[in-house]
Amino acid sequence: MKNNQLNFNEHEVLHELKHYLPAQAPLKDFIHHNTLHAFQHLKFYDALKNASEIFGYKTTLSLNDYRVLYSNGRINNTVLDKVISDKKGISNLVEWKLKLLQQNYDYALDSRIGKLKANWKNLYKFDMDAMVHPMLFRTVGSYLDQGIAIWNFPIHHKGFLSSILELERMSYGSIFNSKRVKKLLLNNEHSIANLLNILIGDETLYAQYLYDQQFAHQGWSGMVSFVEDNPKALLDPKDISLHDFIVFELLLEINALDNQFGNHWKPLKETIKTIPIPLFEPIKTTELKEVIMLWQDSFEWSYYDQVLAGIKLSKSKIEVKTSKSFQALFCIDDRECSIRRYVEHNDENCETFGTPGFFGVEFYYSPKNGKFHTKLCPAPVNPKYLIREINTKGNKDNDAHYSKHSHSLLSGWIISQTLGFSSAFKLAINIFKPTMSPATTSSFKHMDKFSQLTIENRNVNQKEGDLQVGFTVDEMVVRVDALLHSIGLIENFAPLVYLFGHGASSINNTHYAGYDCGACSGRPGSVNARVMSFMANHKKVREILALKGLVIPETTQFIGALHDTTRDEMEFYDEDLLQEKNKELHEQNKLNFNKALHENSKERSRRFILTNTKQKAEKVHEDVKLRSVSLFEPRPELNHATNALCIVGQRDLTKNMFLDRRSFLNSYDYRIDLEGKYLTNILKPIGPVCGGINLEYYFSRVDNQKLGAGTKLPHNVMGLIGVANGIDGDLRPGLPSQMIEVHDPIRLLLIVEHFPEIILKAINDSPETYQWYINEWIHLVSVNPIDRKLQIFKEGVFVNYKPQTEELKTISELNTLIESTEENFPVYLYNN
Amino acid sequence: MEKIIQLFILIPLLGFLITLVIHRFNEKLISFVSFTSLGISLALFSGFVLFWFFNGAPVLNQKEIVIFQTANYEFLLDFYFDKITAVYLFVGTFLTFLVTIYSRYYLHREKGYKRFFNTVMFFYLGYCITVVSGNFETLFIGWEILGISSFLLISFYRERYLPVKNAIKVFSIYRIGDVGILLAMWMSHHLWNENITFLKLNNYELVHEHLQNHSWVGVFISIMILISAAAKSAQFPFSSWLPRAMEGPTPSSAIFYGSLSVHMGVFLLLRTFSFWEHQYSVRVIIALLGIVTAIISTLTARVQSSVKSQIAYASIAQIGLIFIEISLGFESLALFHFAGNAFLRTYQLLVSPSVVSYLIREQFYNFIPRKNIAEDSLPKRIQYTIYMLSLKEWNLDWFMFKFVWMPIKNVGRKMNFLNFKAIAIIFSIILIGGLLALHYEYHIPYKIHRFLPEMFGLFGLLFVIKSFTERKNVFLSWTLVLMNNIMISLSVSFNEHFAYTHTLLYLSGIFAAGALGYFCFIILKKREQQIDLNQFYGHSYKYPRLAFLFLLACLGLSGFPISPTFIGEDLIFTHIQENQAWLALIVSISFIIDGLALMRIYSRLFLGPHIKRFHDVGFRSS
Repeated sequence: MKNNQLNFNEHEVLHELKHYLPAQAPLKDFIHHNTLHAFQHLKFYDALKNASEIFGYKTTLSLNDYRVLYSNGRINNTVLDKVISDKKGISNLVEWKLKLLQQNYDYALDSRIGKLKANWKNLYKFDMDAMVHPMLFRTVGSYLDQGIAIWNFPIHHKGFLSSILELERMSYGSIFNSKRVKKLLLNNEHSIANLLNILIGDETLYAQYLYDQQFAHQGWSGMVSFVEDNPKALLDPKDISLHDFIVFELLLEINALDNQFGNHWKPLKETIKTIPIPLFEPIKTTELKEVIMLWQDSFEWSYYDQVLAGIKLSKSKIEVKTSKSFQALFCIDDRECSIRRYVEHNDENCETFGTPGFFGVEFYYSPKNGKFHTKLCPAPVNPKYLIREINTKGNKDNDAHYSKHSHSLLSGWIISQTLGFSSAFKLAINIFKPTMSPATTSSFKHMDKFSQLTIENRNVNQKEGDLQVGFTVDEMVVRVDALLHSIGLIENFAPLVYLFGHGASSINNTHYAGYDCGACSGRPGSVNARVMSFMANHKKVREILALKGLVIPETTQFIGALHDTTRDEMEFYDEDLLQEKNKELHEQNKLNFNKALHENSKERSRRFILTNTKQKAEKVHEDVKLRSVSLFEPRPELNHATNALCIVGQRDLTKNMFLDRRSFLNSYDYRIDLEGKYLTNILKPIGPVCGGINLEYYFSRVDNQKLGAGTKLPHNVMGLIGVANGIDGDLRPGLPSQMIEVHDPIRLLLIVEHFPEIILKAINDSPETYQWYINEWIHLVSVNPIDRKLQIFKEGVFVNYKPQTEELKTISELNTLIESTEENFPVYLYNN
Repeated sequence: MEKIIQLFILIPLLGFLITLVIHRFNEKLISFVSFTSLGISLALFSGFVLFWFFNGAPVLNQKEIVIFQTANYEFLLDFYFDKITAVYLFVGTFLTFLVTIYSRYYLHREKGYKRFFNTVMFFYLGYCITVVSGNFETLFIGWEILGISSFLLISFYRERYLPVKNAIKVFSIYRIGDVGILLAMWMSHHLWNENITFLKLNNYELVHEHLQNHSWVGVFISIMILISAAAKSAQFPFSSWLPRAMEGPTPSSAIFYGSLSVHMGVFLLLRTFSFWEHQYSVRVIIALLGIVTAIISTLTARVQSSVKSQIAYASIAQIGLIFIEISLGFESLALFHFAGNAFLRTYQLLVSPSVVSYLIREQFYNFIPRKNIAEDSLPKRIQYTIYMLSLKEWNLDWFMFKFVWMPIKNVGRKMNFLNFKAIAIIFSIILIGGLLALHYEYHIPYKIHRFLPEMFGLFGLLFVIKSFTERKNVFLSWTLVLMNNIMISLSVSFNEHFAYTHTLLYLSGIFAAGALGYFCFIILKKREQQIDLNQFYGHSYKYPRLAFLFLLACLGLSGFPISPTFIGEDLIFTHIQENQAWLALIVSISFIIDGLALMRIYSRLFLGPHIKRFHDVGFRSS
């Protein structure tokens, strides 16, 4: 919005307004993204300042939090000194350090938003929001509802406002009590400008008023705006626009004023005394903000420094084994970090890789009997392929307790006296002995284990809509080739190569989609793993690949699998296709996996205070599994909490470090990509996916009330698209407190193993990618593959970095460590 | 056997008191004490009920523990156990037991873990007192505890705006229900000339004999009971409070607003059935109320697009049916229906977050796109009209606002010009005048004298309305409540000449609570400089202990059963004669607003979004 805009340009104002509103998808497609995406064109700290000053968000921890972290030793004194000296000059170190540690500041948070609209309350003694919001939320909620109401909004195909118009025209009652308002609507005199003229009267204030109005309920406004731009996000399509929503709200506002004051009220311009400061007026910096900035930097670098020191200190390559027992590809997800460590520990001859969990195959998936297609690849990609599930065996279970019949009068009468008693029973059972039920979201339900998939396309004309059913051999070759090259697996193939997709299980969890694989648009990655394995096993594909120089021995078989990160269980697909010898090997490997799963769940359990970590791993594993099916467990798993790193490079870089499940790991071998061709493709999604996850956790953590969803315990599901508190609250985008409470709000540190100039070239590939790094939303460090020299990316160039940490503790026995505390660990060297 | 009944109160009382003193970080012990005391209650109940059943399920009554006694007045506690008690006690104990275990994990790490368990235990205590009560007085104690603990549970997330606002809303409806009981008690004192026990109500001859000459008294009492029951069970026209009560953590909403709390109106009707059994007009009214509620709530439930409000309205509709069943005399069916409905709604609310994944999966596999039929016909128009009305919840919420709260606020606003000084002067004049008049009472002609109680009552009412609408001065608002109480005692003093000890008993609690309140204000003012009532300030964030202390002061002042004022309140009512309907009305409206004014002060000062924004504070719309 330009300052001092004289004329109200509706299109422009709405366009910018939409940009600032939360952009969270409906619950079924929970996709992590940078909460402050609208400010991403600014430097990180400028963005925080602006967002805080304009919209009143708390964008960092509070001063006191940092001081506590410092006194706990979580913020390192040496790093603090270095950060202050670097930013303020070594001569000012003492002065600034004193400010950081002791000075008192008035840190009342005030915001520009809402000041104009507050005049209804201040000057008219009229609580506009209390009069307008309940009806507004209820109407838009009913309109967008995806299947909670038994009686749907009666008109829906015409667009929101037209539907309301139709409803008004066709019924004997009215939403509005004011005759004038009804007339405005029916006579088509409801342009935004016209309505604002009635309410405000002064064109220079219109834009600001609309911001005030929409940010008084940014949850619903954001949802409306998102659905407008992504109509496919709803299975039951709804035609709505922010424009219609604003018009409806303005009408409700005039209606409320008419109700209260009759004709005796004047537009705001006639009563307003002081014009509030325009929202986007430049913002002054304060000393407190600089102090906070220094603290945040020190907090981040206290951790990063250990990691970088670890990379320097940990043993570099000891030996190269040529024959591997098996290879396993996992998702880059930070939750897979520890299971890889255990799998490697249990079998020294194996090798693990990390790659985005859709395994480079992008398609829509249509399960048997499904009425829709589900996208299984990163959200921004628009696939042209369709994979269908056929020949399933299992049946879907139902649960009558969710039946809507219990809400109607007479069937409710019968149900409450029959089913009512069984629900008492069910409740008691679930409390004392939780088990799977039809309501449990389980990653294994995503695809029937024994089903078949239509993966190969034999006829290009075989289409469904614009989607081609399956991939042709050539299309498969491209994908297999790209995947294997990007992770550096082009020789020394083991007899078995596992592809582990991942997913999660939970019950009573509205945010379940956020627990699955982010690279698969918030779905489990089982289908992708299976599809990719099929392609890599395909005879013709291998023939063509061999011609290109990528030889996969005949004895090598790829096998798709799914790792459930909540229950720590695995499922393998198409096992019957394995060669006899491989079958045996597979059975052996399964023992390894099982052991790793027990150990992994034990490691995870240290964060679950109510689970006794000190028990044997098998026993802990049972407890962890119970959590996923317990109605009363708001933390089935902790998801991406504590994520802080992303490492792109060979496994050796961090294999001998204990990173406490805090790192995204993307395998990459610079030696086969000296030009950085694959690197560009690897780095492209790191920003939106890993950076998005990291920043959503960051902001939900620092302001859980305004940028997060608050505690999930009182949440009420609205129309299957969002959650709100109580029945007339605003939608709550962001993450609930149970997901972020153990998270340390620090930015992502991306560590890439390659030469700086190649990395520079790779991030310069597109301005969107570059923005993440140049504006410091993600820190970037290069590791020279030859001598492990570290350089950090600052203001467009790489500069040398020498870690302050000189030594790290080495551990060799994990159990004692894991049982010791539920807090975050420092970085350790790990003697594998 | 009777002696055991009181254990059903003593165990939860003990549990509640123990959870009060455990440190708030000791999650394990807090939940352990809670579910152990519930577990003991459940075990005891099971054993007792078997024994009771094999002894022929007799009606038990534990007689009269006298709390307070004067020549012509007694305040008795009385316990009672029959089929209705058994069912209610079982459902309540069983569900609370499950929910305490459930919440042990669910609430883990939640700020206010202890507060939650305290309140749940307090609620359960109130529930037990109510269901085992043997007379109106005992029942009223439980009833009041239910009201306050509901307020505290709804406003559990006290740092946000909506929970606090809705807690006040629900509390105000409950308050109307309380007055129904107070008036019913008042009239039945006059009808029976004693504290009638529910046991005696079963005596058909006795009831019949008393009602024969006072049929309108019978109707009055029944209607008051009905108002009370309708308010508590969210029947027409009070329905809109129930969905709005769903602000606390899901388990508390599930158990209290899904099942226990909302069925207390049903309990009251069942308990007093033998009293109005032969008043056919009353039975017709109850049935009609049930039918209207059932229809309206079913329609409203059908259009709800949020899970919890859908369950709430569906539950209200079933309770409407239960009202009908009771009015037809199907006691056992009503009990059965109550238990089933309570279990079902508790479970549905507890699993309500699962609805997202479950229904989306349903939709994914079974979706049928809707067809659009464009037609303009009468049925269509009626259909749209009903849809719109249901979406607006049949204007019930708006109706309460417009016709109940707005008039009070308007009267208050008219008194805006009065400042502290003016009020002090007016009050002094009235008080001195009143005391003089009382002293020279015999010189006042009867024609004037007979209006004096109403007059002073009216002054008191005006004071409390002013208190309720005061926006600036906290001290003034608080003082006005005290003034109201003094006016009421003065007004009743003209009525009958009773010992000053009665007034003293009444006022002693008031003054003690009043002083405690002033003390809290002074401390708060010292720390925060400015305090007023213009908005919510949320000071409990920084001063949780002070908030608790002030809550005690408010409870004391509003005649909650922790102070002698509670008995005094009942006493005051006995001194209102049966032909003084106006006075009874004035005093009871006073009591309603009195409680609201106090909760308003408490909420504005201590609840809501914290005014100091150094930490994250929720949006107003959250």
